[in-house]
Amino acid sequence: MDWNLIFENTLKGFIGINAVYFAIAALGLNVQFGYTGLLNFGQAGFMACGAYGLGMTAHYFDISFWWGIPIGIVFSVLLGLLMGIPTLRLRADYLAIVTIASAEIIRLVVRSVKFKTYFGGSDGINGFSDSFRSLGNDFGIEEADEYGFWPFKFTGRELWTLIIGWLLVALFGFVVYKLMKSPWGRVLKAIREDEDAVKSLGKNVYSYKMQSLILGGVIGTVSGMIFALDRGSVQPDNYSRDLTFYILTALVLGGVAKVSGSIVGSMMFWGLFTFMDNFLRQVAKDPVSIGNFTIMKSTQVGQLNFILIGITLILLMVFRPQGVFGNRKEMAFDGH
Amino acid sequence: MDTERTYGEVATRARDSFQGVERLPGARKHDPILTADNIRREFGGIVAVNVDHFEVQKGSITALIGPNGAGKTTFFNLLTGFDQPNSGDWNFNGKAMNGVASHRTAALGMVRTFQLTKSLTKLSVIENMRLGATDQKGEKWWNGLFAAVWKGQEAEITERADELLARFKMDHMRDEYAGSLSGGQRKLLEMARALMTNPTLVMLDEPMAGVNPALKQSLNQHIRGLRDDGMTVLFVEHDMDMVHDVSDWVIVMAEGRIIAEGTPDDISSNPAVIDAYLGTRQGQSLLEGE
Repeated sequence: MDWNLIFENTLKGFIGINAVYFAIAALGLNVQFGYTGLLNFGQAGFMACGAYGLGMTAHYFDISFWWGIPIGIVFSVLLGLLMGIPTLRLRADYLAIVTIASAEIIRLVVRSVKFKTYFGGSDGINGFSDSFRSLGNDFGIEEADEYGFWPFKFTGRELWTLIIGWLLVALFGFVVYKLMKSPWGRVLKAIREDEDAVKSLGKNVYSYKMQSLILGGVIGTVSGMIFALDRGSVQPDNYSRDLTFYILTALVLGGVAKVSGSIVGSMMFWGLFTFMDNFLRQVAKDPVSIGNFTIMKSTQVGQLNFILIGITLILLMVFRPQGVFGNRKEMAFDGH
Repeated sequence: MDTERTYGEVATRARDSFQGVERLPGARKHDPILTADNIRREFGGIVAVNVDHFEVQKGSITALIGPNGAGKTTFFNLLTGFDQPNSGDWNFNGKAMNGVASHRTAALGMVRTFQLTKSLTKLSVIENMRLGATDQKGEKWWNGLFAAVWKGQEAEITERADELLARFKMDHMRDEYAGSLSGGQRKLLEMARALMTNPTLVMLDEPMAGVNPALKQSLNQHIRGLRDDGMTVLFVEHDMDMVHDVSDWVIVMAEGRIIAEGTPDDISSNPAVIDAYLGTRQGQSLLEGE
């Protein structure tokens, strides 16, 4: 068993690019779900907006890569309006249904043969991130070089994305933190507690919910951009339901309605995931057999990993429902 | 009942303002702040509210009473925009309120509380209070990040909130979560929070429900205090003692209609009201009881 390798990979999982884009997406989801109480099950749809905003600059519009950022944001604002206008006046569950369906519709549309000219079909889009890479080279981080020291060793390519990614996490963490400390954030939190009370005090609840949905969606869009830049490609099937639910998992793991919860939750989710994966792979390399029965084969690692993650979460919900950073005292008032 | 109470100057003036007002359902007042005509709300086949004419005298405490299912809360919801009537017109301070969204009514100076208290449990008491203030610059998302824009206003709001909390004797709970308050304290908080909107008309939906007798006395005083500060109060209540104690005028609803109006003393001897509450003529329609 190669503990060094497990340790190295786990650490990389903690601070790696997966944790980064999860953290950004979770921050967005936290604005909607944690602070405002909006059940957005379509965060993957918002992420796809960002990814396709970038991808389409090269694939369809044939314009500079940098235009992809505003295009992606415009896409996600439109998506937010589209989801919000019919549902935000209704009860919370309707939004949940519409968001999960919208995200799926987006995925099925962008992967369809019919719209291949715009979105590249099921192959997705490649080769749009050159400007981003060359900017990294301009800053002196050579794509092919190795940087860092054990156990933090990254290629220049990884390192550049990581730096930009963590800067964005810090930026959005700061923005969300500040906004939620402001009177604006107070209205959102009040809406989460009781819409009618907020209405009776003269606040336009509908408008605030829309603002929250769009802000969270735009943050999710940026997460999708980082995700796409890291891969250097946009694949429609990356933006399916499970992505949304893993992000939700990371959010709950860290503790909802806390900025630190979104970030650390994502790091823990990926740290835990990478550790389990590496550990189980090492175990499977040298399987213990009892007669005909082999305890674990390497092909079973993936499934077992998800099972264990699921069990961990169940235990967490039972023994620490407020998440790692949540406030037990707040939890006590649920349902009153 | 204590009819020998002495009244303060404002209370006397409020009571006097009803002189010459007919003791009839839908009576015209001298200076109404809120009027409603032909308000009708049906739920399926059931007519929940069917009010021909309704007026609230400015600067008075008006009680809206009636047995369970009389349509009082529905009427409240209609007046405050939380529900839309099938037909009817109503106006507040001379402004037509048809189709005005519920959040706009508060901005116009008409604020309400709820029968089932809606304290925002995971916000502290002081945050609950601050939320009540209207026209906050920091409530615009583009200002949220720039504390310099709203810090000054926030300080003013906090000062006003602290004054109100002190007046309602809630200042010791200032930084507690609203969820940790007792039922009665939540009622007080909701009332105080409503006052943060600087209303001209305060509409209280069963302010005494679930409040212990000791607290009831001080709630009574607070309600009188609102009128003495120049506000108009309209409240729904079941507790007849309390109604008799605080209100200047009483409007009685039954089966969705207004069946009687008058001073508290008139009402307690009105046969229609006694019928409605005690059902002495069982099986007969309440409307024929006059």
